[in-house]
Amino acid sequence: MNVLVCVKRVPATAGKITLTADEQAIDTRYLGFTVSPHEECAVEEAVRIVEAQGGSSTVLTLGPEEATDQLREAMAVGIERAILLQTDGGEWSAVDTATAIADAVRAREAIEGPFDLILLGNEAADSGEYQVGIRVAVALDRPVVTGIKGLEVRDDAIVARREAAGGGWEVYELPRPAVVGVREGINLPRYPSVPGRLRARKKEVERIVPSRPSGAPTMIRLRVPVEQDSAVEILGEGPAAAPRVVEVLRRLGLIA
Amino acid sequence: MSTLPSAARVVVIGAGIVGNSLVYHLARLGWKDIVQIEKGPLPNPGGSTGHASNFIFLTDHSREMTALTADSVEQYKEMGVFTQSGGIEVARTPERMEELKRRMASSRSWGIESELLTPAEVKALVPYVNTDVILGGFSTPGIGVVDSLRAGTIMRERAQALGALRLAPMTEVTGIDVEDGRVTRVRTDKGEFEADIVVIAAGVWSPRLAAMAGAAIPLTPAVHQMISVGPVPLFADTVGEIKYPIVRDMDTNCYERQHGGDLEVGSYAHRAILMDADEIPSIAESALSPTELPFTQEDFELQMEQALELVPDILGDERVGIRHAINGLLSLTPDGMPILGETPEVKGLWAAAAVWIKEAPGIARMVAQWMTDGKPEIDPHGSDIARFHAHQTTRQHVKARSAEGFNKTYGIVHPAEQWSSDRDVRLSPFNARERELGAVFFETAGWERPFWYASNEPLLEEYGERVMPRAAEWESRWWSPIINAEHLAMRDRVGMIDLSAFAIFDITGPGALEHVQRMAVAQMDVPLGRVVYTPLLNEAGGIKSDLTIMRLGRDHFRVVTGGAHGMGDRKWFRDHLPEDGSAQLYDSTSTWCTAGIWGPRARDVVASATSDDVSNEGFGFGTCRTIELGGIPVLASRISYVGELGWELYVPMEQGARLWDTLWEAGQPHGIVPFGIGVYGTTGRLEKGYRAHGAELELEFDLVEADMLRPKVKEAEFIGRTAYLEQRSRPAVATLCTLTVDDTTSASGVKRYMLGREPILTAAGGPITDARGRRSFVTSAGSGPSVGKHILLSYLPPEFAVPGTRLLVEYFGERYPVTVDVAGSTPLFDPDNARVRA
Amino acid sequence: MILVVVEHEGGAPERLSVEALALGREIAGTVGEPLQAVAWGPASAGISGPLAASGVAVLHVIEDPRLTDHAPEALGKALAQLIARDRPTAVIGTASDRSTEILAHATARTGLALTANCTEVRPGEPWQITRQRWGGSLLEEARLDGPIRCLTVAPHAMEPAVVPAGATVVVQPFTPELADRDLRVRITSRVPAEAGKISLADARVVVGGGRGVGSAEGFAELDELAALLGGTVGVSRVVTSAGWRPHAQQVGQTGTRIAPDLYIACGISGAIQHMVGARSAKAILAINTDRDAPMVTRATYAVIGDLHTVVPAIIEAVRAER
Repeated sequence: MNVLVCVKRVPATAGKITLTADEQAIDTRYLGFTVSPHEECAVEEAVRIVEAQGGSSTVLTLGPEEATDQLREAMAVGIERAILLQTDGGEWSAVDTATAIADAVRAREAIEGPFDLILLGNEAADSGEYQVGIRVAVALDRPVVTGIKGLEVRDDAIVARREAAGGGWEVYELPRPAVVGVREGINLPRYPSVPGRLRARKKEVERIVPSRPSGAPTMIRLRVPVEQDSAVEILGEGPAAAPRVVEVLRRLGLIA
Repeated sequence: MSTLPSAARVVVIGAGIVGNSLVYHLARLGWKDIVQIEKGPLPNPGGSTGHASNFIFLTDHSREMTALTADSVEQYKEMGVFTQSGGIEVARTPERMEELKRRMASSRSWGIESELLTPAEVKALVPYVNTDVILGGFSTPGIGVVDSLRAGTIMRERAQALGALRLAPMTEVTGIDVEDGRVTRVRTDKGEFEADIVVIAAGVWSPRLAAMAGAAIPLTPAVHQMISVGPVPLFADTVGEIKYPIVRDMDTNCYERQHGGDLEVGSYAHRAILMDADEIPSIAESALSPTELPFTQEDFELQMEQALELVPDILGDERVGIRHAINGLLSLTPDGMPILGETPEVKGLWAAAAVWIKEAPGIARMVAQWMTDGKPEIDPHGSDIARFHAHQTTRQHVKARSAEGFNKTYGIVHPAEQWSSDRDVRLSPFNARERELGAVFFETAGWERPFWYASNEPLLEEYGERVMPRAAEWESRWWSPIINAEHLAMRDRVGMIDLSAFAIFDITGPGALEHVQRMAVAQMDVPLGRVVYTPLLNEAGGIKSDLTIMRLGRDHFRVVTGGAHGMGDRKWFRDHLPEDGSAQLYDSTSTWCTAGIWGPRARDVVASATSDDVSNEGFGFGTCRTIELGGIPVLASRISYVGELGWELYVPMEQGARLWDTLWEAGQPHGIVPFGIGVYGTTGRLEKGYRAHGAELELEFDLVEADMLRPKVKEAEFIGRTAYLEQRSRPAVATLCTLTVDDTTSASGVKRYMLGREPILTAAGGPITDARGRRSFVTSAGSGPSVGKHILLSYLPPEFAVPGTRLLVEYFGERYPVTVDVAGSTPLFDPDNARVRA
Repeated sequence: MILVVVEHEGGAPERLSVEALALGREIAGTVGEPLQAVAWGPASAGISGPLAASGVAVLHVIEDPRLTDHAPEALGKALAQLIARDRPTAVIGTASDRSTEILAHATARTGLALTANCTEVRPGEPWQITRQRWGGSLLEEARLDGPIRCLTVAPHAMEPAVVPAGATVVVQPFTPELADRDLRVRITSRVPAEAGKISLADARVVVGGGRGVGSAEGFAELDELAALLGGTVGVSRVVTSAGWRPHAQQVGQTGTRIAPDLYIACGISGAIQHMVGARSAKAILAINTDRDAPMVTRATYAVIGDLHTVVPAIIEAVRAER
C-alpha cells in the first residue's frame, strides 16, 4: 500500500487577520505556519494506513523552500518520504497546482509504480477551493471522492464515508488506485514525538521544480470583512438573568 | 464597561504578576484610590505571566535577589498557590560540578537548605533522569511551583476588599502626560484621568509606556522557547500539578519540569532573539497571546537532542507527543537585574519591570515600601532604575548586553566576569597612555578602567612569592599577580592611578550648605578647602551610600562618588534639593578627569612638579585646594582609599593627558608605577579595612554594625538622624570584622583564595546567624600582599566578633580555617594611619 | 445564458441552490441573458414549478437510467457535455459538497477554472468577483476571466429571490454520453441518521459549548437545554480536540456551518475559526464569564457568568414556563 498525501503550507491564523500594506497577502510577521486541519487528518490517515497495512507513505507539497517545515512536520508523525514542488512562493491556482501534482505523480510512478491512494485535505484553509483533488484525479484518470470522514482500505477497493446533508452517511466504494479528499474528524491526529521530530530533521526532501504556470494571476486585492461588534444586550449576570433569557426565547418564538 | 474615574492617587499599568502584587502591597500599606489599568482581559491579559513556567529556584548568587525570592515564596505560600516539588540543578561537566559547590556555598551564605547529590541520589528523586550524562546535582527541597494567575487574582481581590482598588481591564494607555517634570495624567482609549503617581508594571511593553512620558526603561523583549510533551505515562496518576522535582540541566541551559501529565522543556540556550516593544503584536493580531509567538523549530533542535539525552525515558517515548510549543516573550535587561523605582526623568513615574515570577511579590512589597516612605527593607540598589547611565539606555547597548547576558541565565558566571559587547564607551584622557602601558581594562558604568598593567610584569620578579600567585584557574581568572606587585610597589615607592570614572556633582547656591548637611551624616559646616568622607543614610538609618564632599566655596560643595553607583547617588541628592530652588545640582562628571597618586614618595613626586607648598603642614590630610602642577591648575585633594600619603588630582578632561605626563615624568626618579583598580578597589582597600558600597555598605546594615560611628552626632538635621541616634543607643547585633585565612591549602594541595560571598562558619562547621536572622558571609575578599594574608570582611555577631576567634570559611565545598584579626574598622595594615597622615 | 446547478430534495430546490439561483438571476439581468438550470435525478422535472419563482426559463434534466443515486464523476462529465454543447456565459452552483464536486469534475474536464465561495459577482469588462477565503474571515477581490465563467456561491451570501409568477419553465431532458466506467464512483449504500436526531446544519436552536464547559461531563446541562428547546448541541474545536465530543458536532471553518434562529454559545471565547461557522445564526446568546470575549461582543444577547450556574437556571425557568 503506497500512499501519497498532499498538503499546503498556510499561515496559522487565529487572531485578527491583518494584511500587508499592498493588500496582496496576509501579514505573517507574527504568525507561524501550518497545514489545514483537514490535511493534518489526511497525514494521520496515511500514517495509520501504512502502519496497519505496510507499504510506504510520501508527503508532497507545492510551495516555497520554507514549506519543507510542513513536510518535516508530516515526517515527524510518521510519513517516510517528502517531495517539495518548489515555487518562488507566489500563489498557484487550483488548475496549475493540480497539473503540477499530477505531473509529479506520473513521473514518480513511472519509476516506482503507482500510489494506491492519494490523500488530500478536502480544501486548503486559505483558498478553500475544494477542487485540487478532483482535478488531480481527472488528470490521472482515477476515481475520486471528497468530503470523506471515514476510510477503509480493502485489497480491491476503498470504502469511504461522507456525512449526508440531512444526517447519516453516504458510503462510496472506489476501485484502487484512487484519490480521496478527507475532512477533519476522520481521525484525531497525533502529536509528533521528540524522536519523530529529530528523525524528520535528518530526512531528505526531494525537490522538483514544476513548470511555471502561464496564466496571469487574477487576484486584485484582499480585504478583511468588517466585523461589527453587535450592540450586545446584556441580559444580566449569573443565574438571575434566567427570566430575561426566557423572554428572549419567547420573543424569538422558540418557546410558546 | 466600567467607567474610569477622572482622577486617582496612583495608577498601576499592568495586571501581570508584578502589577497585581503591587496593588495589593500598596493597599496593605494604606494606599487608597488606586486604579489598575490593563489592556488585556483578566485574569490572563496575555503578557509574560500568562505563559510563565511558574517555578521558583531559591538560590541566587545575588543576595538581594535571593532575599526577594524568599519573601515571594512566603507570600505565595500564604495565598495557598505554592506547590513544593523540590528542584535539582544537574551538572554534566566537572566545571559545572565546581559551580554547584559554589551554589552550595551561596545557599549556606543566604541560609537556604540545599545539598549536593550523586547521580544515583538524583535518580532516586527523579527516576526519569539518565545518570550516564550527569556528574551530580545540587538539590534544594524548598523549590516549587506557583499558580501566578491565581495569585494575581487573589491579590487584586484583596486590594479591592480593602476598598483601595478599581480595575480598568481592556483599557489601553495611549499617553502619559508630564508637566514640570512631574507626571500628571494618563490617557487611555477609554478616557483620561489625573494621577499623582503612575507605576509602569507592564513587562515587555514597559519601554513603550515609559517613552510616552519621555523616560527610559531599558529592557528588551526576548524569546524563551518552551515545549510541552505528553501524555507522560509516568505522570498518569499524579494528583495536582507536580510530583517530581524540577530539573535544571545547567550545561545545556534547559529545564525539565512536570506539568500535570506533561513534561515541559524550556530553553535559554538558543540564539538570543530580541524584539522591540513596538514589534509585539496586539492582542487581536495574536494567534495565542501577544507574548506567545510561533515556535521556531530550528532554534530548538540542539536543545531537543540534549533534553532527550537527559530524560530519554520520557522524551524518547514515541507515544509522548509535543502538544504545545511556543516562543514565549520575557524581559531582559542589560545587566540582568530588574528595573525598579522612580524614573530619574519624571517625578511620580515609577517602574516595576523585568521581574520574574519567583521574585515578583517580594519586589512588589519592596517597591510599595519604597513608594510609601522611601524605606524598603531590602536594599534595591542593584535593581534601582536610577542606576543606568545615559549610554546604558540606548537601544544598541540594551540589545547588545541583553543578548550577551541571555545565555548566562544558567551560565557559570565569574564574579569579576567582564562584558565583551559594547565596550569602549567612556574613555578617560589617559586612555592612550594606558594602552601603551599594556593596561588590562575592566568596565565600570561604561568607563574603561585599567585593572593592572602588563608593563609592570617585571615587578613580579622583584616581589617573588609576596605577590601571592594563584594556581587555581577560577581565582586566577580575571586576575593577575601583577595587581599584588603593583600594590607592593605603591606601598614601597609611589603609584599613579586613573580615577576618571568618579561621578562628580557640584552643589551650589545659598541653600547648598543646608542641602549637603541634610544629606550627610558628617558635619558639612566645615572650613572652605576641607574634604569630608561621609556616609548617607535613608530615613530608616540604612546605609544609602558613602562618598566624599569637598567644600570649595561658601555656597559650593563638590560631591565625588563611585561611577557604579553615581547615578543612584545623583538622584538621591537631586530628589532632596530644596523646593525653593536655593540650591542646584550640576553633574560635572564629564568635565573632570581624575588621577590619584599615593605612596611614601607621592609628596616628593608632586613637590618636584609644583612650586606650591605640599608639605604636611602646608597641605594637611583632609584638605583640598588648587595647585599649579606641570603648568596647569590642578584641584588636589588629600585623602586616600589605599592608606598611603597622596592626593586625588582633578583637571579638566582636555588637560588630562598633560597631568598624566607630568606625573609620569616627575615620578620616574622615584620609581613611580601605574597601578590599577585591582589595588584601589581590593588589596589596598582591604588592608585598610575600608568599606565599599554594595559590598559591606547596604541598607540592611547600619553604621554601628559597620563601625563607622563618629564620636559625636552633629546637631544639624540629616536624613536618617533619628534612626541613627536610636542605633547608637543599643548594642550592635553584628560587627564588621576583618578576618584572615590561616591556611589556604585545599585538600588537593592547591592554594585557594576566596573571592567573596562565601559563608563563614563556626569552628564546628555550623552556620552563624545574628540576632536579626542574618547569616554571616564574606562581604569582600582579596589579597593583602603587605600583610601576607588573604583578607576577608564579614559581619559577625558579638560572640564571634572578638579578635583571635577561630572560624571557618567554605569555598568550593571545602572549609578553610580563618581568624578574626580585627573587630571593627581598625586597619590591618598601618593601624595608626601614620602613612596617610605622613 | 447563465446556467445554475440545482440540487433538490422532496420536489423543491435546496435552499442553498435557491441562493445560487438568486445570484444567477442577478447576473442574467445584468448581462441580459436568460437564466437556465440543470438538475438530475428522477424527480427533477417536478421542481420546474418552484424554479419559476427564481426566474428560470429552461431546466435541463440530466437523464441516464444508471444514475440511480449520487455519482459525482458521471454527473460532472454530464455537466461538462452540457457546457460544451450550450457554452453558457457563466455556470453557477452553491458551495455544497455535491454542487462543488460536480462543478469541479466538469471544469476539470473542459479545461475551465472554477472560482469558489463567491459572495458577489460584478459582470463587466472584465468581470470581477468577491470571494471568501479562510472560511470567510478574509475576502478576495479578483478578476473572473475565461470564455465560460464557472463559480460557486458561498452559503448564505445571497437572499433567495422571488420573481413575479407567470413565467413557465421549459423542461429539456439532457442525455449525456456516459460509459459504465464513469459511474465507478457512486453511493453504494447509506447509513441512516439516528432517529430523532436534529442535524446541526438545520437546527433552529444550537446550544454551543466551548473550553469553558471544562469536561465531557460538563455537557450534560447543554444537552438538556438543547433537548428542551428542540435543538442540538454544537461545539468549538477545542472541545473535539480534547475528545469531549465527536467532531460531527464541531461548528466552524473545518466543521459545520450553522444557521439557526438562535445560537446559545456557552463558554466559547469566539475564535475566528469558530465565528465563521456561526455567522449565519440569526441571533446569538453568549453565556460567558468574560465580558470582553469576542463571542460576547459579537452576540445579540449576553449573560455574564459561569455557564454551570446560568444554564441550569435557564433550564429551570423554561420548565416553569410550561
